[in-house]
Amino acid sequence: MHNVATLRGIILSKNHIYMHPTDQDIIVLEKKAEEIRETIIEMLVAAGSGHTAGSLDMADIFTALYFHILKHDPNNPEWEERDRLILSNGHIVPVRYATMAHAGYFPVKECLTLRKFGSRLQGHPERLRLPGLENTSGPLGEGLSQAAGIAYANIMDGKKNRIFVCMGDGEQDEGNVWEAVMFAGKYALSSITAIIDRNNIQIDGMTEDIMPLESLRAKYEAFNWHVIEVNGHDIAEFIMATEEARAIYEKPVLILAHTIAGKGIPEIEFDYHWHGKPPTKDEARHFLKELRSANGRVPNEYA
Amino acid sequence: MLNKNAHLVENLFDSNITKKPTRDGFGSGVVEAGRANSNVVVLCADLSESTRAQWFEKEFPERFVEVGIAEQNMAALAAGFFAAGKVPFIASYAAFNPGRNYEQIRTTIALNESNVKVCGMHAGVSVGPDGATHQMLEDLGLMRMLPHMTVINPADAIEAHKAVIAAAAMTGPVYLRFARSASPVFTTDETPFEIGKALTLWESEKPQVAILATGPMSYRAVTAASALESEGIGSIVLNIHTIKPLDNKAVIEAARRTGNVITVEEHQAAGGFGSAIAELLVREYPVPMRIMGIQDVFGQSGEPDELLEYYGLGAPHIKDVARAFLEKH
Repeated sequence: MHNVATLRGIILSKNHIYMHPTDQDIIVLEKKAEEIRETIIEMLVAAGSGHTAGSLDMADIFTALYFHILKHDPNNPEWEERDRLILSNGHIVPVRYATMAHAGYFPVKECLTLRKFGSRLQGHPERLRLPGLENTSGPLGEGLSQAAGIAYANIMDGKKNRIFVCMGDGEQDEGNVWEAVMFAGKYALSSITAIIDRNNIQIDGMTEDIMPLESLRAKYEAFNWHVIEVNGHDIAEFIMATEEARAIYEKPVLILAHTIAGKGIPEIEFDYHWHGKPPTKDEARHFLKELRSANGRVPNEYA
Repeated sequence: MLNKNAHLVENLFDSNITKKPTRDGFGSGVVEAGRANSNVVVLCADLSESTRAQWFEKEFPERFVEVGIAEQNMAALAAGFFAAGKVPFIASYAAFNPGRNYEQIRTTIALNESNVKVCGMHAGVSVGPDGATHQMLEDLGLMRMLPHMTVINPADAIEAHKAVIAAAAMTGPVYLRFARSASPVFTTDETPFEIGKALTLWESEKPQVAILATGPMSYRAVTAASALESEGIGSIVLNIHTIKPLDNKAVIEAARRTGNVITVEEHQAAGGFGSAIAELLVREYPVPMRIMGIQDVFGQSGEPDELLEYYGLGAPHIKDVARAFLEKH
């Protein structure tokens, strides 16, 4: 038995037999996502800079990935049989660091070194500095290409590992993304499950004002992808979508995750000004109170 | 005097010397690298014939990946192939690879220390009729500025063959530069080749000037040395195929023995090979220098030799620059 990630009620074995999450599992995962949001706020305040909105809105998905979906081992990050999680929009790495810490890759208190001199937690992720990071990113548009390279090489070697890749929606402006979408479509790289954080904001404003993206579904489908749309804050729905993706073997799959930028803190939700700035200490005190007063459950009015 | 230990061809200065483009050395070298290591893969961006990637495709079709005209994707894909244990070579014209995809190379290959071999074809003005858009003159500068990157510019097709095999055998990112037009094949299978080690081509008894050359310019440099010798001027000629890491010892020794250094490259004089030499010598052994290269202009259409002549990179130019340089000191 190779325990890869443990949470009450969920033990992923080496064989990774899928277990449909029970209601109790979901409650536990939601609680975990809340803790991760708190860590994100704390680390951004300590850093004094960083990207708040995307980090918060992907907390539910990262929790689902690390605590239920991914085959991985925090004690053996190089495990040959692990699933790969490529983070393409590297600026939301606080959510990855926080989730990895809670999953046991490193002590949660190390999160407070984010962006500090000498830290393994660089402002944008560097694979070589922290075990468990699969790629170095920050400049946008390159993650799907790397996922596609791994997927293609795995086909050559007869390996079955799944490859997840997280992208931003603003990132879809990048030409490199569409080169990779075309490539993965041509070679039907079905081991890829791409996730777009559809939070509708980017630095300068709303995505549809800056450079309209819609219809993302039609665009990906036209490139020979299978597209699933989910509420990105509904952990059960997201887990089901990844299960559907597993069953699609003739195409790569895109999960278009509709999220609320800054999710969990009403004052900053939907506000693009929070793309790239951290809360002040006073704001953070207030935000943490809001997160904690949710009685063990992240507000879920979006559902 | 020719360095006997370099084992150059017998008919070095004959007009009938065999000529081949260095890209042929890529084609043959990568096939041999592929035979030696089943993890070697070749990615190409719709230029398999002219890059000679096709030679690999013919022998190992299952390890050849056509990525279409998408050099940015090709570079980042290669980082993914590396992450899955492969040794990817990515081939396109230098104007696009690393010209188009510099940032992907910087982030996913250099910073990420991916074991990827970036192969820039059709570099320099000797591309000829295609004109300035395709005559990459800034690639050596772009690539040598990147930490972790090894930069190799082979002198002829045989050296190119060896360089590709050596690049496949070492771990870490490498940039290799190749040319389109045929140039003299003046080294042989016996000629020593080691990444990071300069090759002495010529060494007079009383050398007054060191001519340091890279790529096919090395042949022109040794031709110039022979002409200088007959005019009573002794020289040392080094073929410096590895621009990074530089063979510091050989360069400093050549500067120390002659007190005068000329560098020759088919690349912008700013930021490339000559700059690398200058950066070393200004720190370790400052001597008067001349940097021969393209002088802050873009190329244009024309025949390869015609263009090299126009931009002052013929063997007679090297000789003239050396004479004038020595007269000044």
